[in-house]
Order: sequence, then C-alpha cells, then structure tokens
Amino acid sequence: MSGLLSSSIARKFAMALSALFLVFFLLMHVSINLLSVFSEDAFNTASHFMGTNPLIQFVMQPVLMLGVLFHFILGFILEIRNRKAQVVKYAQNNGAANSTWMSRNMIYSGLVILLFLAVHFVDFWFPEMNYKYIQGNPEDPTRYYHELVEHFQNPIKVGIYVLAFIFLALHLLHGFQSAFQSMGANNRKYTPGIKKFTMGYAIVVPAVFILIVLFHFLNH
Amino acid sequence: MMNLTLKIWRQKDANSKGQMVDYKVTEISGHMSFLEMMDVLNEQLINTGEEPVAFDHDCREGICGMCSMYINGEAHGPDRGVTTCQLHMRMFKDGDTITIEPFRASAFPVIKDLVVDRESFERIQHAGGFVSVNTSGNTQDANAIPISKIAADEAMDAAACIGCGACVATCKNSSAMLFVGAKVSQYALLPQGQVEAKERVLSMVAQMDKEGFGNCTNTGACEVECPKGISLENIARMNREYIKASV
Ligand code: HEM
Ligand code: SF4
Ligand code: FES
Repeated sequence: MSGLLSSSIARKFAMALSALFLVFFLLMHVSINLLSVFSEDAFNTASHFMGTNPLIQFVMQPVLMLGVLFHFILGFILEIRNRKAQVVKYAQNNGAANSTWMSRNMIYSGLVILLFLAVHFVDFWFPEMNYKYIQGNPEDPTRYYHELVEHFQNPIKVGIYVLAFIFLALHLLHGFQSAFQSMGANNRKYTPGIKKFTMGYAIVVPAVFILIVLFHFLNH
Repeated sequence: MMNLTLKIWRQKDANSKGQMVDYKVTEISGHMSFLEMMDVLNEQLINTGEEPVAFDHDCREGICGMCSMYINGEAHGPDRGVTTCQLHMRMFKDGDTITIEPFRASAFPVIKDLVVDRESFERIQHAGGFVSVNTSGNTQDANAIPISKIAADEAMDAAACIGCGACVATCKNSSAMLFVGAKVSQYALLPQGQVEAKERVLSMVAQMDKEGFGNCTNTGACEVECPKGISLENIARMNREYIKASV
C-alpha cells in the first residue's frame, strides 16, 4: 500500500475513522426503525424523507456505501498482514488469559455482519432501487411501513436478523472503544467513561434493533 | 517436590524444522525459578549424552529481558509482572505437563530451540530510540530543566521496558506497538526528547513496519503479559505523536 495508508498507524487511524462513521450511521438507522414501533405515520414520513431527499439519496448513500466497503476491505487487508506477521502458530496459546473473545475475533464478527449485509440488501435495498429507479414507480409515501412489517413475518428471516445483531454487538463491544485507542484517545480521566459509554452503545443499539424485529414479528 | 512432564520445542538451527519433544524432570522444588528447573533438565540431558535445550538468559533477575519463553500458552508463563527467570516453580503442581515454546513472530525467527533472534528490536531502537546529546564535558545539569512530576513518572514507567518481546510474542498480530510505544513515550514526555520527536516517531514506526510486525488491533494482551506493566496509554501516545508528526 502506498501514500496515506502506507504505515500501520495510519491504517489503524483510517480503520477507526470509518468505524466511527458506521457507528454514527447505525444510530440514525436504529432511531428511524424505532419510530415504526410507535407510529406508522412517523415511520412512513421519515422513510419517505430518507428515500426521496436528493442529498441523502445521491450524496449520503454513496458515502455510506464507500464507508462500508472501505471498512471491510481494510479489515481484510489488516487481517492478511497480521497473519503474515505470525506464520508459525503456538502449539498451545492461552488467549483467554489476556484478552477478550471479541477482541480476538473481529474478523469473524465482521464477516457475519458482511453476510448479513448481503441478506439485508436483497431484502430492502435492491427492491427499493428497483421500485424507484428501474421501474420508475410513482412515490407512495405510505408504503414503507407495510414493506417493513411484511419482511418480518418469516421466523427464519427473524432468526437471521436476531443472530446478525448479536454478532454486531460482539463486534462493537470491542470495536467502538478500540476506535478511540486507535486514534490516540487514551487518557486516565476519560477512558473509563468512554469504555462504559461504548459498551452501553454496543449492547443497547443491537438490542433495540432486535426488539423492533421481534415487535413486528409478534404483533402482526 | 514436584515431578513434571515438559513438552519443549526442539529445533536444530534456523533452517531446520522443529518439533515438540517430551521430557520428564523430578524433584523440582517450588522455590526454584523456571530457569533453574530448565538447568536441572539440561544437567540431566548432558549426563545422558543428549543435546541440552538452548534458551536465552543473562541477568536472571528480570532486567535484561533475554529469557524469552512461551509457557503454557503465555509469554513468561502464567504469573503476572514477571519474566521467565522470575517465575517460581510454585506456580505449578506436582504431575503437571508444561508446554514450553519459543516466542513466535515472523520478525523473531527461531535460531535454535527456544532462542529467537530479536535484532528487529535493535534496528527499531537504532532508527530513533535515543537522544543525540553532547557529551563533551560541558553538558548542562539535568536538574536545571524543570519537569513536572507526572511527566517524569510517566516517562520513567515507559523507560521500564526491557525490550523482552513478550508483547510481540503474546499478540495475535505479532504487533510491536507496546515496545515502540514505550520507547517513543519515554522521550516524548520529556523536554530533552522534543528536539528529535518528529523524526523519532516517524522513523521508528517505519522501521517497525519494515521488520514485518503486525498491526495492533487493541486486544490489550500485551499490557497483561508485559513483565514491566507498560500501559496501552503508551500506544495511544505514539499514535498521537505519529499523527502530529505526519500532518
Ligand atoms: C455496520 C457495520 C459495522 C460497524 C458499525 C463496525 C464497527 C467497527 C469498529 C468500531 C471497529 C474498531 C476500529 C478500531 O479499532 O480502530 C471495527 C473494527 C473492525 N471491523 Fe468493523 N464494523 C462494521 C462492519 C464490519 C464488516 C462488514 C467487516 C467485514 C469483515 C468488519 C471488519 C472489521 C475488522 C476486521 C476490524 C478490526 C480492525 C482493528 O481492530 O483494527 N467490520 N469495526
Ligand atoms: S513493552 Fe513490556 S513486553 Fe514489550 S518489550 Fe517492553 S517490557 Fe517486554
Ligand atoms: S534472564 Fe534477564 S530478564 Fe530473565
């Protein structure tokens, strides 16, 4: 690799930046989803806005795609480099003695999220693109809620989503606090607070996603 | 007194393929250090005309950082805050099987048995782990430069790193960032280190990458296994110094 990402520390920093961007996006996503539990109209209004606003559709959406792509491609590159750094493995290695399972398996939790993203795209994004831009259907601002509810009537689909969110939680339990360390933010005064906050986020946000899915599954 | 089974990595030289070999030692006292137990084994091997197990050691008091051994899946064994030479046999029980391997990292190739080549650390040090001072005899008294107690303490803590490589050995990515973080920090915290701060962090990190150490993913394993209690804060400080020097 050349230029900006040529050093290990620059790659860590870039990884952390892309991760924090995704963390921020996730917060927006869960907030909008949560509306669907309380009000069909509010959810439709928010989704209609997100689905039709040109700034969101043609600027934010591509930025998000690039962000996700950047994050997992750099994740793979780091993983490959790190494997090369230790070719001969220990006969006995007690990783649990000094680190968390989450921290040692970011590539696997990440891979599960990646597989989930594929399912999620087939479920929502492809049909949405098809509906709007290929079929060129007229916009119906009341359609979003029903589309959402329909997806979560199949117990297998619900299971896949729940499982994926559990892995997202595992990924974030290590990843969110790790991003601060990667960017050089480690400080005796603030780090304990940052760790508590990021752990709270890593548990609450995926849990809310799960509850929303279960709500629609059980309620309709 | 303990009787133990040892599973030890034996490798003739850098180019040979190695393997784990089983040995038995008897009458090991809990007061012995781990290296003394290894001495008992080697006496035994010499007496039976076998090749003794090669391992690095020098000070045998936790200062030189030579005694690299990966014991039961942990760098310097199961105790905390100790090197292998400071590890007591009382940490083990009669009848235990103990696995002993060399430190593993592409940047620490095995030379023989448990001995690894840690020259890569030397080359990182040569790249910038020093201050260029005039020692011509007219040097200023160090106490003439005011330094805050906190900075002095933190610099001293960072300087406690003995370059043993346990951080690399224990890291799933074989990252050397705890070592380099400590070396960068010990100068970055002091006024004397400021003059060369930029070049120091840039060239030490460049050398670290060149040596083939992996990328830190903040598992924190190094901090737990470090015999000198070097903190992850040093890695964060190095990251800040690096970013500051790059922009
Ligand atoms: C919305 C989805 C995702 C979010 C919110 C997220 C979040 C994060 C965060 C916060 C970090 C820590 C960054 C750091 O320590 O500097 C991280 C690291 C990582 N992520 Fe993700 N991630 C997501 C998806 C993925 C995907 C799809 C993969 C694909 C394999 C992946 C692979 C990795 C890897 C390998 C790391 C470890 C790199 C390191 O710690 O340096 N992530 N992620
Ligand atoms: S940071 Fe700790 S584990 Fe790493 S070389 Fe220094 S003393 Fe050894
Ligand atoms: S022999 Fe010197 S630190 Fe162990």
